Amino acid sequence: MTAPGAAEAPEVAAEVTERRLHPVTPLRRAWAPVAVVIGWAVHDPDGAQRHLTRLTTATLLIGLAVIVPAAALYGFCSWWFTHFAVTESELRIRTGLVFRRTAHIRLERIQAVDVTQPLLARVAGVSKLKLDVIGTDKKDELAFLGADEARALRAELLARAAGFAPETAHEVGEAPARQLLRVPPGVLALSLVLTGATWVSLAAALVVPPVLWLATHSLWTVLAVALPLLGAAGASSVGRFVAEYDWTLAESPDGLRIDHGLLDRSHETVPPGRVQTVRIVEPLLWRRRGWVRVELDVAGSSNSVLVPVAPREIAEDVVARVLPGVSVPGPAALSPAPRSARWCVPLWWRGYGLAVTDAVFASRSGLLRRSLALVPHAKVQSVRRMQGPWERARGVADVCVDTGANKTVRARLRDAAEARELLAAQAERSRTGRRDARPDRWMA
Amino acid sequence: MDTGSPRDTGPGASQGTIGAAGGEPVWIALPPGLLKMRRLLLVVWLGLITLAAGLLPGLLAGPAWAAFALPPLALLAWGWVMTERNWRSWRYAERADDLLISRGVLWREETVVPYGRMQLVEVTSGPVERHFGLASVQLHTAAAATDATIPGLDPAEAERLRDRLTELGEARSAGL
Repeated sequence: MTAPGAAEAPEVAAEVTERRLHPVTPLRRAWAPVAVVIGWAVHDPDGAQRHLTRLTTATLLIGLAVIVPAAALYGFCSWWFTHFAVTESELRIRTGLVFRRTAHIRLERIQAVDVTQPLLARVAGVSKLKLDVIGTDKKDELAFLGADEARALRAELLARAAGFAPETAHEVGEAPARQLLRVPPGVLALSLVLTGATWVSLAAALVVPPVLWLATHSLWTVLAVALPLLGAAGASSVGRFVAEYDWTLAESPDGLRIDHGLLDRSHETVPPGRVQTVRIVEPLLWRRRGWVRVELDVAGSSNSVLVPVAPREIAEDVVARVLPGVSVPGPAALSPAPRSARWCVPLWWRGYGLAVTDAVFASRSGLLRRSLALVPHAKVQSVRRMQGPWERARGVADVCVDTGANKTVRARLRDAAEARELLAAQAERSRTGRRDARPDRWMA
Repeated sequence: MDTGSPRDTGPGASQGTIGAAGGEPVWIALPPGLLKMRRLLLVVWLGLITLAAGLLPGLLAGPAWAAFALPPLALLAWGWVMTERNWRSWRYAERADDLLISRGVLWREETVVPYGRMQLVEVTSGPVERHFGLASVQLHTAAAATDATIPGLDPAEAERLRDRLTELGEARSAGL
């Protein structure tokens, strides 16, 4: 019954030009049959060997003659049936041969735009473009586009999202960017050396497998334990260095630009007013050098690092630009937890602190690795006051602030009466904080 | 529009429920139906377990073994008291700009959700709840951590609350 209506819908938007992805895209899935074979071989090594000895050249050739065209056909079809179009208010991605799927992504709801280039894509001169909107998933990325096309599309999408008229949106071009900060490789390497997690994972990878070997003398057990441990150690040291290499932060009218990566390059643009939470993290060993790491939460985005390492003053400058009108409260401005809280969280209660300014709710936690979370009042979705039996006996309570990025910032162990006041006041502030927030279309 | 008019539906909603702005919130407790339902469920399930724990060893191994029925029985008595305490702890208040929900006996939690942040209001009612004439209202904001559910409401009150919350949410709407 709804068929005629559904058939008419594309007619209306017929003047919108639909485009295809870059012709190199079918190759993206070319490794899939290979991966299946490898997966099967790893899963059943004995069986794989038996089959391998039985294989003759003829069967191998026949197999290749079937698999390669099939994979090519699949790749070609998935490319041929994927279209995208930019309309006045949305990005539309139409895909699927058997199961049709159309994603309409509203441009004013964009939380961030990512353009990423994996290593092989850099060689081929293509990149992926992904719009971070709440509810989108991996399928909604445009992979792959020509590198220049991706940049032009990003500029156009941002211009339209910002509120430029659709006719002029092509001509607006890339907004000029001003570099705020660039992390030198030496500083990044040293910061990783001074991170406890790197050493713990390395030590675990070096100590556990020999001990296990002495205990069990079973090669498979040792391998099964050692490989994930080595992987974790590699990811936390070399992997992080490679991912955070050449971290550049720039500011433009379209928002923040975050560029990074040694092998895989990624460029993220976060439009103004999209940052939900900023955390300033200070590991123990960085304290002497005055370095901090700045993390951020944007709804729907997977990247959570704003600055991997920077001196505190520069980091605070960056935070002031990311959250306009916010100054990071110093240690003196934070009110500590009351003494009566020392039985709730022994020792670590000293790490907790809270400051509420006109613009942000700032809560500090951690004793060795200090972390200060800042939530602008306008981003608070709901406020909760929680109190367990143990806390009630000591006359303290926690105040939780929920943000749109699905993160909760907790101010732990406040005096019970203070928490009650805080709850009411924070609800009021989060309501009024919205009034002077910038509009979703930031140039409108 | 008619938010100020007196409502004749629902026992709990007889007084004006709009808290004076700035004043003390007017708390509304849950109707007794929820307590009745929870107690009945408790008695049915623990009663069955008590019977099974008492009869099976009692008949098979001797009457002394029927003492196995005592722990579930004690649990039943404890649950009987606890359900009431928990039910009493639930209350909510509609203020001019936000909704307050307070609950919990040992672990107390008080939630404030500004109307402008509501993305979706849901009224749900399962088969058992429907049999007892109950419905629950759940509020969703952009933050998944916001756990604002009011269980065991009278369906008419649940619908009134939903309509009012939606109306207020639209008037004060603000996204992320």
